[in-house]
Amino acid sequence: MSVLTPAGGLRASTTQQERLLSFEGRYRREQSTRLFWTLGYALLFFAALLASINASDFSLPGLVKGLPMAWNYIAGTLPKLSIATFGADMADWYWGLNYWLRLLLETILMGFAGTVLGGLLALALCFPASRNLVANGSVYFIARRTLEFCRTVPELVFALIFVFAFGLGPFAGVLAIAVHTAGSLGKLFAEVNENVDPRPIEGVRAAGGNWPMVMRLAVVPQALPNYASYLLLRFEINVRGASALGIVGAGGIGQDLYVAIRQFEYTDISAIMLLLIATTSVIDILCEFIRHRLIGHDLTGSA
Amino acid sequence: MTVALHADIARLKRSNPEIFARPLLARLRDWSLWLVFLGLVAFALWWIDASPMRIFNGLSKLGMLVGLMIPPWPGDGFWDYCRAMLETIAMAFLGTVIAAVIAVPLGFLGAKNIVPNWLFHFTLRRFFDAFRGIDGLVWALIFVSAVGLGPFAGVLAIAVGDVMVLGKLFAEAIENVDKKPVDGVRASGGGGLHVVRLGVLPQVFPVMMSHVLYFFESNVRSATILGIVGAGGIGLQLSDRIRINNWQQAAFIILMILVTVAIIDAISRRIRARLV
Repeated sequence: MSVLTPAGGLRASTTQQERLLSFEGRYRREQSTRLFWTLGYALLFFAALLASINASDFSLPGLVKGLPMAWNYIAGTLPKLSIATFGADMADWYWGLNYWLRLLLETILMGFAGTVLGGLLALALCFPASRNLVANGSVYFIARRTLEFCRTVPELVFALIFVFAFGLGPFAGVLAIAVHTAGSLGKLFAEVNENVDPRPIEGVRAAGGNWPMVMRLAVVPQALPNYASYLLLRFEINVRGASALGIVGAGGIGQDLYVAIRQFEYTDISAIMLLLIATTSVIDILCEFIRHRLIGHDLTGSA
Repeated sequence: MTVALHADIARLKRSNPEIFARPLLARLRDWSLWLVFLGLVAFALWWIDASPMRIFNGLSKLGMLVGLMIPPWPGDGFWDYCRAMLETIAMAFLGTVIAAVIAVPLGFLGAKNIVPNWLFHFTLRRFFDAFRGIDGLVWALIFVSAVGLGPFAGVLAIAVGDVMVLGKLFAEAIENVDKKPVDGVRASGGGGLHVVRLGVLPQVFPVMMSHVLYFFESNVRSATILGIVGAGGIGLQLSDRIRINNWQQAAFIILMILVTVAIIDAISRRIRARLV
């Protein structure tokens, strides 16, 4: 452009050169500030890394010594199977299959009952926790904080407390799962509620419906498929979580796993772990199948 | 007017009944599904022995506990708790970093567009999936048995528990990359390593970072309880306090966990918003 100006070809070219120079200067400055920030973040990261290595008694010799130990331990849990005596070996490995299957059923039932109870609680709490459905600010605030509390306190802490209050056994575990589930599902349900189409709500209100009617007739029908999808996802997570609750005495297969690990009954550990992996995989697959049936393919991506 | 309307409706109902009433078979199926569901709930409640008497007794005991918890008070252990909390965060941080470092090569191996061998892909992916079924606490229990009590076991538990899930997420991120930059690098003569470095990595790096941050956040949550099985950190203090019935201090530790988790959530939300 500047070359075309008649009176000052020379001047224009110097401007061009100046521009190039200034561009290069700016480019270099940008580069160096970027480098500076990258170095700064890297330094911060390494400081955090060093601090955490220091705080957690982590040492490279410890790792070098510990990893083979851990590996030997895991390898030691695997039974010796030979093709010649395969049947007998398997029977020996899974000597307690009937008992474990019973405990596994208990774990699944704990996950199921906890999900149903927690889901009901979440359903009750999600409407007051949706911004678009309550006019009263303090109701919204209390509902939100309650859900947050239920969600953030670890399930296992609830289990410890409930075992103390309700005694050992799956009942305490179910309650712990239910409280935690209510917290996390309530939040997700509330988010679903906040995304519903407002027109049916206005419609029900215009026809004279009161608050419960609005929830029942305008909000729930829109949100139901998403509720179901989240509920199924949560069921998967809860079965996995229920297997750990037994460690604090809240029933299920975790209790037996805990005993096996504590008393170094190596092959039992791998047997129970394999059962757990198989069970959770089967439940994952089943839930995915039901989810697809319930809401079709268009919604699965968002869930 | 209304009479005519009712007559209209009656006529419409007669002429096309399937709009006004669902077919008997569909209704029967729905009802039986509901019955099965309710039966399962009843069976589960029976199995866990949920009698009203038991609930009532437990609730009164729970009320007593809550009374014992108020007011939450650290006693003279405040600095011990702070140290334990730092230890917990350090465990989560170190475990996440180790898991992420190991998961990057695993992710590349598990991505269909990097390693096109069908059998290899399938085997590795099922391997990733299988390990998701084990809870972090079970890993912690195993590592406490293997390497002894203390936070080192917690770090290993978090790292091992996360490697597989992160590997799967990384593999999915790598499979979702835009092919055009990859073709560009290849067209200008880049080899396999160049393709990964210049065509794939710039696209997947933010996604990976966001996953790693999310895992750090959730690991802080789960690390707070690893101590219950002896893997160090604040969980150890909490389970000790509960075991000796010191409910005021237990309540204080629970509040501390809540505050710490909230702070970490806020920080990582900020970093994620800047990254992605």
